Amino acid sequence: MWLIDSSIGRKVIMSVTGLFLVLFLIFHMSMNVTAIFSGETYNDICGFLGANWYALAGTMVLAAGVVLHIVFAFILSYRNYKARPIGYSTQKNQKEVELASQNMLVLGLIILLGLGLHLSHFWAKMQLPEILGTTPAYEGEFTNGAELIKITFSNLGICVGYIAWFFVIWFHLTHGIWSAFQSTGLDNKVWFPRLKMCANILSTIIFLGFTAVVVAGYLQSN
Amino acid sequence: MATDNTMKVNLKVWRQADSKAKGEFKLYENVETTPDTSFLETLDILNETLVEKGEEPIVFDHDCREGICGMCSLFINGHPHGPAQGATTCQLYMRRFKDGETITVEPWRSAAFPVIKDLMVNRNAFDQIQQAGGYVSFNCGGAQDANAIPISKVDADEAMDSATCIGCGACVAACKNGSAMLFVSAKVSQFALLPQGRVEAVKRVKSMVAKMDELGFGNCTNTRACEAECPKCISISNIARMNREFICAKFKD
Ligand code: HEM
Ligand code: SF4
Ligand code: FES
Repeated sequence: MWLIDSSIGRKVIMSVTGLFLVLFLIFHMSMNVTAIFSGETYNDICGFLGANWYALAGTMVLAAGVVLHIVFAFILSYRNYKARPIGYSTQKNQKEVELASQNMLVLGLIILLGLGLHLSHFWAKMQLPEILGTTPAYEGEFTNGAELIKITFSNLGICVGYIAWFFVIWFHLTHGIWSAFQSTGLDNKVWFPRLKMCANILSTIIFLGFTAVVVAGYLQSN
Repeated sequence: MATDNTMKVNLKVWRQADSKAKGEFKLYENVETTPDTSFLETLDILNETLVEKGEEPIVFDHDCREGICGMCSLFINGHPHGPAQGATTCQLYMRRFKDGETITVEPWRSAAFPVIKDLMVNRNAFDQIQQAGGYVSFNCGGAQDANAIPISKVDADEAMDSATCIGCGACVAACKNGSAMLFVSAKVSQFALLPQGRVEAVKRVKSMVAKMDELGFGNCTNTRACEAECPKCISISNIARMNREFICAKFKD
């Protein structure tokens, strides 16, 4: 199967899963932003995404996307390491070479670490108990997402951690978004600067949207 | 020769007896040269003194010394083909360096380009990729009229730009993944852009990419180090074109 056993095929998997995750981030960010203005609206959206079949199916597809992206990140990185086992004593990069592009795996691993914490903060307190059928200790324990945002982000340390995490995602995406187009052949000399600009704008919007929710959560709870 | 027109440099050169030896840097101090001497000529000067002393001269690749054959290599002060952009090592002159500077010279590092001796690496892998499909097949017969197949200026120029790749391997040397995508994509593109090359385009891209993967070159992560260091300024838009050609070819299977 060429998607798995050719270098270009593996990159296609990387870019398609990556772009899928970007679409998810845009959705997630838009949904979160409603919490700044109305906790009720936010809770309504959370209500749609509980332990019902479509939310579960969506979660499964998303998890599959994350797993594929990570598995291929490791496969590609391992092969790349094998292709250049001995480094140089003096290599200097030209200014065109982005720092992010040289460090995608490290950035990805930090994202993964943050993801673990993030899931324990929210998913493990909302969708997971619903799936498991745990009885809530009080009314709205698993469904009042707006309240959970305020509780979580009342802690300044957690806020700083989250914003740092968003910054790492921003960095991953300033390279990742245009790179995904290049990897799938949807790039040329004319579109290259445009795609780079779009990647910067989109990752910045994603960063600002998520950060605004954290800041608002902190301000509203203190 | 006027004294103000001479300079001295220290050359820190990778010495390795053969492909299996461990190898190490050796420092050659106060090599006398001039700003208008080329870098390779400076190595020649150093080699002459080594031969006179009865030592093994430094082995390095070179041929045309005018930037067209792709034989010269060398990773000089952190860059393949040295600090000058858009130029090969053979076109690098000592005026690029300061008097008294220590210049580090390493062979190209990639699993697919093993060191043969000192600074010389085996780039036979590129020949194998070319043999896998980097050509157009011709049936015998009278030569065609030059303008029998009209080609737009834009396509002709683009194909010519891709065809300027001299197969030196600096792209592989620069890439942290040891990826040969820039070279292979230039070779795929120079044919893919022309009607004569379209005939075998699908077969070509599949076999050249398969050969590239088989020989142990890495995967492209779009760092653009190749494009920045390529002496012929080959653009990564060739890589996008090859990805497109390859993906379309595979979907046709
Ligand atoms: C928020 C989640 C993530 C998103 C939206 C995302 C998005 C992307 C995108 C769009 C690309 C570009 C694909 C290409 O160059 O063709 C990419 C590349 C990459 N990602 Fe992610 N990613 C995420 C998480 C991760 C994680 C958790 C890891 C690893 C453990 C990771 C590792 C990588 C690596 C190594 C690359 C470079 C692959 C290559 O160029 O060969 N990413 N990512
Ligand atoms: S693409 Fe550039 S760096 Fe790579 S082999 Fe061709 S000329 Fe050399
Ligand atoms: S020796 Fe021919 S290109 Fe440098």
